[in-house]
Amino acid sequence: MTVTGRRPIIPWSLRTEQRLETPRWLPIVTTLGAVLVALLISGILIAIIGGDPIEVGAHIVRSSLGNVGVLSDTLVKATPLIFTGLACALAFRMRLWNIGAEGQLYFGAWGASAVVLVPLVPPGSSPFLVVPLMIVAGVVSGALWGGIAGWLKARFNVNEIITTLMLNYIAILWVRYWVFGPWSEGGFQLSRQFPREAWLPRLTDFAKAIPDLGGLTTHLGFVFGLVCAFLVWFLLKHTRKGYEIRLIGDNPRAARYAGIDIGRNIILVMLMSGGLAGLAGMSEVSGSVHRLQDGISPGYGFTGVIIAYLARFNPFGVVLAAILFGALILAGREIQPAGIPAMIQGIVLFCVIGSDILLRQRIRLVRR
Amino acid sequence: MNFEIILAAGVASGTILLFAAIGEIFTERAGIINLGVEGMMFVGALAGFKVGIETGNPWLGLALAMAAGALLALLHAIVCIHFQADQIVSGLALTFVGTGVALVMGEGLATARTGALLPTLTIPVLSGIPFLGGVFFTDQSVLVYVGYLLVPAAYLWIDHTRPGLHLRAVGEQPSAADALGIDVYRTRYVYTLFGGALAGLAGATISMAVTPGWFSNQETSGLGWIAIGLVIFAQWSPGRALIGAYLIAVIRRMTLDLQGPSDFFGFANPFFTYQPSTFFLNMLPYAMVILVLVIGSREARRRRVGAPASLGVPYVRGERGH
Repeated sequence: MTVTGRRPIIPWSLRTEQRLETPRWLPIVTTLGAVLVALLISGILIAIIGGDPIEVGAHIVRSSLGNVGVLSDTLVKATPLIFTGLACALAFRMRLWNIGAEGQLYFGAWGASAVVLVPLVPPGSSPFLVVPLMIVAGVVSGALWGGIAGWLKARFNVNEIITTLMLNYIAILWVRYWVFGPWSEGGFQLSRQFPREAWLPRLTDFAKAIPDLGGLTTHLGFVFGLVCAFLVWFLLKHTRKGYEIRLIGDNPRAARYAGIDIGRNIILVMLMSGGLAGLAGMSEVSGSVHRLQDGISPGYGFTGVIIAYLARFNPFGVVLAAILFGALILAGREIQPAGIPAMIQGIVLFCVIGSDILLRQRIRLVRR
Repeated sequence: MNFEIILAAGVASGTILLFAAIGEIFTERAGIINLGVEGMMFVGALAGFKVGIETGNPWLGLALAMAAGALLALLHAIVCIHFQADQIVSGLALTFVGTGVALVMGEGLATARTGALLPTLTIPVLSGIPFLGGVFFTDQSVLVYVGYLLVPAAYLWIDHTRPGLHLRAVGEQPSAADALGIDVYRTRYVYTLFGGALAGLAGATISMAVTPGWFSNQETSGLGWIAIGLVIFAQWSPGRALIGAYLIAVIRRMTLDLQGPSDFFGFANPFFTYQPSTFFLNMLPYAMVILVLVIGSREARRRRVGAPASLGVPYVRGERGH
């Protein structure tokens, strides 16, 4: 055998070099690419365990975006996710790891339900009194539950990841106590149905005027979600407080030198984050379920973490990602085995954070 | 209530937390924070139980549980060490993946089982010690004894051996370790995988010894997260992890026993007469973890001990800083 020089089989190789600047369009492209890769990996895994990935994919699209009816259901599922996604995005922007949106959601749902079930207002009151009161109660309950973790972090420097997680379990048990005990209806683990004045208006409520809206369950909570997305965006981009939050997130040391009170901001952001998650609970009991029950959230709080990351903490991105995951959760109800949606969510998150390196480094094909 | 039985049961289930916490201590000492313990425990619990009953060989189940935990940790290691991704988020992703995969694979698996898959042992002489013998050395699973041995072994390894010194150097100041010729990347890979294997073992301890069976999404009930809290309380030292693990486990066990009797010293037991109030008892272990963390952080501040200096910071060779 004659050796004809040392020519490699592949005449190119990959080199990485540090990026000095990240173009604005790049995060969008890498995120979309990462989601595509994640769906591919999920498809392969589904095929390995003996499923038909094309059929599963087609099922997800058909049963979540296929017609106006299911699209409306998708928006119903997306509504709590917008709130929990915003809650996480706001806290994460300050590098404050609030993993407790789930518990704050439960507390918000409990607070909003208390207005009707204690009851704090006489039955038959005007919805214009009941609904705003439920919103206030839901936001305050969620905010206090998040505030506990914020206070512990600011006062004792206790790791907020662990406290918010532990508070999740406590909040779920707290709601369980009320629906099994004082508020139980006939011994079942759910409360009685709320009276109509405590329901958020749904599209189907206007079917008399516009018949096409009949059966559509998208409720006012979705609009609240859009408003909150705008408010969070405005807060972060156009207010002094938002500037402080971003500065602490990017460079805590510089923030301290600039005279920003970090402890106060921690508590404040946890209160706001918890309030947003509490609103998710309020909108679920008032707009969708119309009663308090055990397992009111199938992990919306945790999905909020992924949504925040997928959106790269951009509030409007949160809305889009929430709709995507709303579709996945809606379709996932019928997918067996039950773990597949959680698995897909995890893989999506992995691929998105893995793709982050492309934002920091340029990969070039060079001739050897 | 028989305190000997409660404490013995606490030691048994404390072993779950002990394995997971010690594994996480090794990982974090190398500068990698892995929040995916819950997910790794989940796959470990499933792999151990499933392989154990299907092959009839529990030891093979145990080995595969550790391998499954390590395999999941490998995912974390690649993303965090080579892709320099955010370790907090990667750990969360790992929890999702682990839980999801375990639920998918465990679909339709038999639930509760009467006997443990792993043998129990009574140590001849030591079990004769009054009270302590009954708590620590009578009819405990072999894994409990592994736990006893693991704590001093981990302590000696980290604090008194050369590889342990390298481990600490990599976690505290990787650039200095690199300059000394220690392979930072390899060290971090090894200990991340080892932490994953111990988390898998912790999962198998649940499904094969403490509460034998597969209880689907009830399997780990937050124990993985509690273990991560324990690591902070333990200030990254194995001995303190042991105390914390047994303490939390005994409290968890007590909450069950408090529901049993109809009265205490003539007073009606509210947890017996009004069933929903037992949910408050169930909150106790989680509240305890928060309390223990508050105490731990105050003490840490006083003694000026903290997390490994480079915990959660990716190491890039040649970059300024760490």
